Amino acid sequence: MKATDAMRSTRAELLRLRRWPAVWVTLGAWTALALMFGYVFGYLAYKTGDNSFSNEGQTMYSVLHDLMPVSVPDVLLQGMPMFGGALMMVLGAIVAGSGYGWGTWKTVFTQGPSRAATLAGSLAATTVFVVGTVLFTLVLYLGVSLTIAVTESQDVVWPSAGSLAESTLAGVLVLEMWALAGFALGTLARGPALSVGLGLVWALVVENLLRGVGNLLGAVEALTHVLPGTAAGSLVGSIIGVDAGGGTPGVVDTISGTQAAWTVLAYVVALPLLSLALVRRRDVAS
Amino acid sequence: MTELMVQTEGLTKRYGRGDHSRLAVDGVSMTVRRGEVYGFLGPNGAGKTTTLRMMLGLVRPTAGSVSVLGRPAGRPDVTARVGALVEGPGFYPYLSGRDNLLVMARYRGLGEAAVADALERVDLASRGADRFKSYSLGMKQRLGVASALMGDPELIVLDEPTNGLDPAGMADMRALIVALARAGQTVLLSSHLLAEVQEICDRVGVIADGRLLRESTVADLRGHASLRLRAEPLDRALAVASRVAGDDAVRLEQDRLALDLPAAAAPELVRQLVADQVDVLELAVVERTLEEVFFEMTNHPIPETEEAVR
Repeated sequence: MKATDAMRSTRAELLRLRRWPAVWVTLGAWTALALMFGYVFGYLAYKTGDNSFSNEGQTMYSVLHDLMPVSVPDVLLQGMPMFGGALMMVLGAIVAGSGYGWGTWKTVFTQGPSRAATLAGSLAATTVFVVGTVLFTLVLYLGVSLTIAVTESQDVVWPSAGSLAESTLAGVLVLEMWALAGFALGTLARGPALSVGLGLVWALVVENLLRGVGNLLGAVEALTHVLPGTAAGSLVGSIIGVDAGGGTPGVVDTISGTQAAWTVLAYVVALPLLSLALVRRRDVAS
Repeated sequence: MTELMVQTEGLTKRYGRGDHSRLAVDGVSMTVRRGEVYGFLGPNGAGKTTTLRMMLGLVRPTAGSVSVLGRPAGRPDVTARVGALVEGPGFYPYLSGRDNLLVMARYRGLGEAAVADALERVDLASRGADRFKSYSLGMKQRLGVASALMGDPELIVLDEPTNGLDPAGMADMRALIVALARAGQTVLLSSHLLAEVQEICDRVGVIADGRLLRESTVADLRGHASLRLRAEPLDRALAVASRVAGDDAVRLEQDRLALDLPAAAAPELVRQLVADQVDVLELAVVERTLEEVFFEMTNHPIPETEEAVR
């Protein structure tokens, strides 16, 4: 694999992803959901004093505290294990899977760059979007929380650079892992529909069920400790803490933060290798 | 500079294993030479596309070998010098035609000028800004050809390029291929339309049921021309014809005589007939079409096809 070929492939993929409405719909859905669960519901609850689901058992002070700039590192991460991961999985699955039905991988594989270089380019372009999404969300949150602080005449206390960096890095890791999982599924299924469907059922349903069963069966519990959802949830949980009453869906403390970080990292390395093995070996017959 | 652009030796592809396996391509040995338009001819499902896919490195052969530009097929340095449209154009439906080419140009390391030039050559410049999914089948096909032309590759592989084109589009496509050949590019063209290949190809390979039945020039494949004669009285005409062409070279076909003679022999034949008081009613030079040859070949497969190939 030549570096220039991987670079060309990355530029080509960035162009076609940038102009793909489906990518912006997916990222737009993340932004809208993140904004709603991160700030809109909390702020409405604070203003109206309702006991809605998102502020159950919390004092008004703590609700407002969550909306302040100092809480941005926590808010940034709280939606990522669950719907953030699910949406990134959709992104990865459509990036990898759609090309088989359209016959575009066939066209791309006859352009010059090797399949390895092509895949590297596609993964790099996807990663650019994932990192971009996390950074955009961070900036958006800082802006929104600052606006709320000023509006509510609160003292503006910024989070430490260390905690911002930690949250950003963890966020990138978690979202990247799910995007790569979607990419591998899309490659495996050679289409977006089946891979998105199976991936979502896995991430949103099966892992939660397994964690439930794991409380009763030791063997299942050992299995859940190495699953991606558990790892992502535990990584986030170790940073933002897990509420006693269940708290944010998907955020758990099943394994330690260190173990969780290494597990997520292992997936981030292994999933592209799986995609690469599939893409290099296969006949492209459609 | 290699003179053989493509060379396959015993190229074979078997899909599946065991009892349910299917031999899609069976021991195909063919060569495409520099600067020629090579017609790869065969009915649908004969193995044309699978053979082309192996040449492009998309499909791995079960047995045999294929080299392109003197190197093993599918290597990046080979693919970069080959332009291809295989089994229908595969493009991003949400991108415009121009953006689709721009993406492929980036993969190839080409600039925007190559894109504009390619669109111009297939007459799509005015529709370049429209989305691919809004294109007609013919326009999609032309965009596929444009993508194959980008960067002036040494070898252009076109799989059924006239699929979905109307008669005018087909004529344009033929003109384009002829222009490419004149400019020195080698074109490997597959088709199930014999008339198309007959007009523009230098050499053809005929494939059916995965086996290459013959490979030769179009002229050789069609064989020599013959003469058809209608004259009265028939018995005297037959006698004269036998004298001129030889007994074995004359056959009676209903009320006509078929003579295995080249067109150049026609004046002498007529002179002899007239000298013998025979009335010549009609004399025609008849050439077999590739279609006739083709059906002869595919309907009655010659047992020693291996010999015919070599």
